[in-house]
Amino acid sequence: MYRYDEFDAAYVKNRVKNFREQVNRRIDGSLTEDEFKPLRLMNGLYLQLHAYMLRVAIPYGTLNSRQMRTLAMIATKYDKGYGHLTTRQNIQYNWPALKDVPDILDDLADVEMHAIQTSGNCIRNVTADHFAGAAADEIEDPRPTAEIVRQWSTEHPEFLYLPRKFKVAVTGSPNDRAVTKAHDIGLRMLRNNAGEPGYEVIVGGGLGRSPFVGKVVRDFLPKADLLPYLEAILRVYNLQGRRDNKYKARIKILVHETGTDELRAMIEEEFAKMDGPSIALDPSEIERIENYFAPPQFSDLPAESVALSAAKAADAEFATWVDVNTDAHKQSGYTIVTVSAKAIGEAPGDLTTAQMNVIADLAEQYSHDELRISHEQNAILPHVKLDDLPAVHAALVEAGLATANANLISDIIACPGLDYCALATARSIPVAQDIQRRFSDPVRAKAIGEFKIKISGCINACGHHHVGHVGILGLEKAGIENYQITLGGDHTETTAIGDRAGPGFSFEQVGPAIERLVDAYISLRADESERFIDTYRRLGLEPFKAALYNEEKEAA
Amino acid sequence: MAKLFKPKIISANDLLAGDVVYMNSGYGWTRKLAEAAIAHDENAADALLEKAEPQQDKVVGPYLADVALDDDGRPFPTHFREKFRTRGPSNRVDLGKQATNPERREPLAASGGI
Repeated sequence: MYRYDEFDAAYVKNRVKNFREQVNRRIDGSLTEDEFKPLRLMNGLYLQLHAYMLRVAIPYGTLNSRQMRTLAMIATKYDKGYGHLTTRQNIQYNWPALKDVPDILDDLADVEMHAIQTSGNCIRNVTADHFAGAAADEIEDPRPTAEIVRQWSTEHPEFLYLPRKFKVAVTGSPNDRAVTKAHDIGLRMLRNNAGEPGYEVIVGGGLGRSPFVGKVVRDFLPKADLLPYLEAILRVYNLQGRRDNKYKARIKILVHETGTDELRAMIEEEFAKMDGPSIALDPSEIERIENYFAPPQFSDLPAESVALSAAKAADAEFATWVDVNTDAHKQSGYTIVTVSAKAIGEAPGDLTTAQMNVIADLAEQYSHDELRISHEQNAILPHVKLDDLPAVHAALVEAGLATANANLISDIIACPGLDYCALATARSIPVAQDIQRRFSDPVRAKAIGEFKIKISGCINACGHHHVGHVGILGLEKAGIENYQITLGGDHTETTAIGDRAGPGFSFEQVGPAIERLVDAYISLRADESERFIDTYRRLGLEPFKAALYNEEKEAA
Repeated sequence: MAKLFKPKIISANDLLAGDVVYMNSGYGWTRKLAEAAIAHDENAADALLEKAEPQQDKVVGPYLADVALDDDGRPFPTHFREKFRTRGPSNRVDLGKQATNPERREPLAASGGI
């Protein structure tokens, strides 16, 4: 993991000191809210429906047990005993008092954490594949790149006041788990024909009010050119982005209005004019950062674990959990564990203090002290020995964290929605809870197979509904909550924006509609290996639309 | 024809705690909707807002919100957003204002607010 150097540590502590003074000046009346708001947002502090909310950055979703324990401690000491994992691999606290926030930030700084770049029109916290450094399909660990982008973007004087927020995601695997095509910039690590490492550069993806799939502006960018090229993109955006209209200010609109070819030409022209070597990182510095992410000292283990096979044979529930919640690791004898923060009936992504501490303990004991937070609002133990899975599972069961639903229908992404968020137009969490309860039978859920439901409580799409196999968007219609359903979205390397099925549903109608949809899928799929998204692509919207709106069947 | 005026109250978030507050008839702040000052016409609403907006040392973002009145003339929220603001997260009834006033959760109108 990256470790702060003296500069990083002093910088973060100094930011806390500044913010403490700003909070004091707000409380004593020296600062108006208009003056204070941009300052608090720069430090991750929002004001929501019922309280302040502090969004803490977990850069590229990586943290260690000490950091997780601090997050747990903060939840108890300053909040109401829980935190919420977000779709940007961050964690949010929903109830901090204004006066406590500088103390929270100080506690975070003690473990090399902060809330910088979690808000405002800056380059936001960089996200990455949550299986980074572990996945069997990985070409290269994306985290050194993410860390380089983080260091380059933090307080970059030219890009502190962009037209709008700007989000960068990095994946090191061909199977894209970082939704790179729905980011302002997506970086996909690959190798050219000569075997040299580089990036496919994707620009102008985004969800929200106007969803767009990102466009490739460079098929292959040599690794050494990363920062100059990013700087060229940002410079073009900073100059050309629509500052006149907040809703058209994201780079996706610039790409859309300008055209990919023309924008690519502008970026390349800017890039050509730059003094690249003065911006690019020195190879020794790249190497220094890469060394922080060197793989842990794995044991030499056989690919099969006798202990695991025996435990699976003895315990069907455990076997199901292993099948569903573990993924292939690059190291023989190891696996990646998805710790579900989606227990049936709980708010997706909410973890209690006790649960955070259990996850920290397990990371320390069984995962080389490493953790990831996924954009799908789960926690990941990236380096677990197959032999240790029974012990890990037992501890997770005890903590209510062993729901075997990774990628299944109850592994729902849901934004906080109108239960917390001041921007929301409808609730998300109770919709997710209702669907979870309807599909709480693990046998049925597993039989349905991969089924990605993503719920947002407003058009800003924090819940990624556009790229859900089933997307649910909560709106207000005539004074009540109304939910639009989209079908066929895809968050992977084959990114697709879902198709709107038709008129919206009331709060109570959503769950039954999803049940009808699932029934239709089960009856229409070619066989059990055909996922919902595959069946949808084969058959199109119509049969599923018919199922969604066929309420008579429900009554029959 | 003049548009029918809906009674209004001033709501905001407390500066220090961030929770929901309402302006009372003394232009101070209360956490009980039942104690909120009610504007029965446009002028009264404007006047309340004028008293609220300068109070930046106490609250954040004061605004006028529609209410309806029960038989005793006490206000209750008409929009679901405001209803949630009187309570807290609907998925966590142990949190927010509803946690300390569980008996006041339903019905808001009959109970006279929070």
